[in-house]
Amino acid sequence: MKIKLQNKIAINIIRIIAALVVVILLFLLGDILISGVPHISWHFLTSASQSFASGGGIGVQLFNSIYLLLLTLIISFPISLGAGIFLSEYAPKNIFTSIVRMAIEVLSSLPSVVVGLFGFLLFVVQFQMGFSILSGAIALTFFNLPLLTRNIEESLRAVPDLQREAGMALGLSKWRTVTRVILPEALPGIITGVVLGAGRVFGEAAALIYTAGQSATNIDFGNWNPFNAASPLNLMRPAETLAVHIWKINSEGVMPDASAVSAGASAVLIIVVLLFNIFARIIGNSLYRKLTATK
Amino acid sequence: MDPIKKKIQSSSRETRQDLLGKVITYTCIALIVLVVLSIFVFVASKGMATFFVNKANFWDFLTGKNWNPSMVDSKGKPMLGALPMIAGSFGVTILAVLFATPFAIGTALYMTEIASHKGERILQSVIELLVGIPSVVYGFIGLSVIVPFVRNNIGGSGYGILSGSFVLFVMVLPTVTSMTVDSLRAVPRFYKEASLALGATKWQTIYKVILRSSTSGILTAIIFGMARAFGEALAVQMVIGNAAVMPTSLLSSASTLTSVLTMGIGNTVMGTVANNALWSLALILLLMSLFFNIVVRLIGRKGRM
Repeated sequence: MKIKLQNKIAINIIRIIAALVVVILLFLLGDILISGVPHISWHFLTSASQSFASGGGIGVQLFNSIYLLLLTLIISFPISLGAGIFLSEYAPKNIFTSIVRMAIEVLSSLPSVVVGLFGFLLFVVQFQMGFSILSGAIALTFFNLPLLTRNIEESLRAVPDLQREAGMALGLSKWRTVTRVILPEALPGIITGVVLGAGRVFGEAAALIYTAGQSATNIDFGNWNPFNAASPLNLMRPAETLAVHIWKINSEGVMPDASAVSAGASAVLIIVVLLFNIFARIIGNSLYRKLTATK
Repeated sequence: MDPIKKKIQSSSRETRQDLLGKVITYTCIALIVLVVLSIFVFVASKGMATFFVNKANFWDFLTGKNWNPSMVDSKGKPMLGALPMIAGSFGVTILAVLFATPFAIGTALYMTEIASHKGERILQSVIELLVGIPSVVYGFIGLSVIVPFVRNNIGGSGYGILSGSFVLFVMVLPTVTSMTVDSLRAVPRFYKEASLALGATKWQTIYKVILRSSTSGILTAIIFGMARAFGEALAVQMVIGNAAVMPTSLLSSASTLTSVLTMGIGNTVMGTVANNALWSLALILLLMSLFFNIVVRLIGRKGRM
């Protein structure tokens, strides 16, 4: 009898713990969404931010975040694709490969502030690029590379060896087998990983404070010449992202409606991450259906 | 030369393609290794400069309690005592993980052993979403919910180690939970079936079989949580109060390695003592993350045996 009672108590304690966790997390999320969502409006999403007056928006920051994300993906995807292919297809079983694996693991666990400082030291100061979108994108690339590489490697590994053997049997070179047979089959997994990683990059701030900078210069959305200083596409302008904006207005505190703006911006960030999660699942599933014979 | 001989002696199209593939992939991997190496070299050389160029005493740096790099003490040496920040960092990390571990294991057990399939899937997607939420959002939650809560119910200004560890608790909880779930799922099904067939209750099975055989996985999850908490910068910086003094209680303002770095790097001039000292803090962070990595490796090796 005692054992059964013990069992009951223990199981119920586990239930209570799980319920508590859900309540805590939903309460915090709900708190942000409830106070933030009413603040989101078309005006808020598109207008420029204010430093000393209330009523500012997050338009420039939102654009910067998206632009920085795209640049980061453009730089980091090809590199991690090559590295992922190496690790899953070419890597010999020797000490060099295990060093490489360890390096990638170490890179993925580095605090993002250290990655940011390295970017600051090397690109902003040493290469005299200043606080710029490009420095920020490179710092985020360092941050994104290990995640993406591991994801691509795992997706490629999940493809059965039968496919590789079939490619070889047809007389294809290994490279062609990988790019024409293995890669398409692994694509849904890769895309899902890229989108999920994009969600992480979108919200990263610590690596950006000292690389992309903390100021949003006025940009002119009518001017799309990338070499013009006021153009949104200019790579060398400092660019404060949404996440950095939230941090900055909360730690400097000169904006009268800082908490409302940051609640709104936080809600936008959460919604974007949620969208990325949903997109990742939808794109992965539909690509898988399209590229394979599953109905 | 006749065409047949030429064709036989030169490399085929396939060989050339393979060579191209090898060159491309080796270049990519070399690039990543280069990045990691240069991060270490740059941060280490900057961090060591405090001791070699500015002649600070390494031991005083680790144990000194006065942090004021722009001032000099009675002996004419800069006041570089990093102990307050080191203590702050370890304080918030350990507290956060102590709070988070029981909750994470409980939730993971509920998801894998007790919940229905549907409940499990809902919890799983909630946790996945929470893992992806940016740390500044957690910091803002801390600022708008946790700091006032601590101020009104526990005391003090609300800024301090306690608030910092609450924020980190919320932040690492999803990470630790999802990794614990993975390791619980990896326990072979027949362990559980055998235990239940012997007449063990569910709790006995969980406690004596499932938790024991996934110990190394759970430990890895906890270490990952610690590494994440230790390296987190902005969320902690927003709620800890940022006073570089020895923390006297959980409720007084303190600072961590990361918070001092985020605040200071922009306000110091490259090459000065104050700046180099900050790089030394970054070096400590780097070494700690290396340390967590090695611990994870050791646990993994032991778990495999």
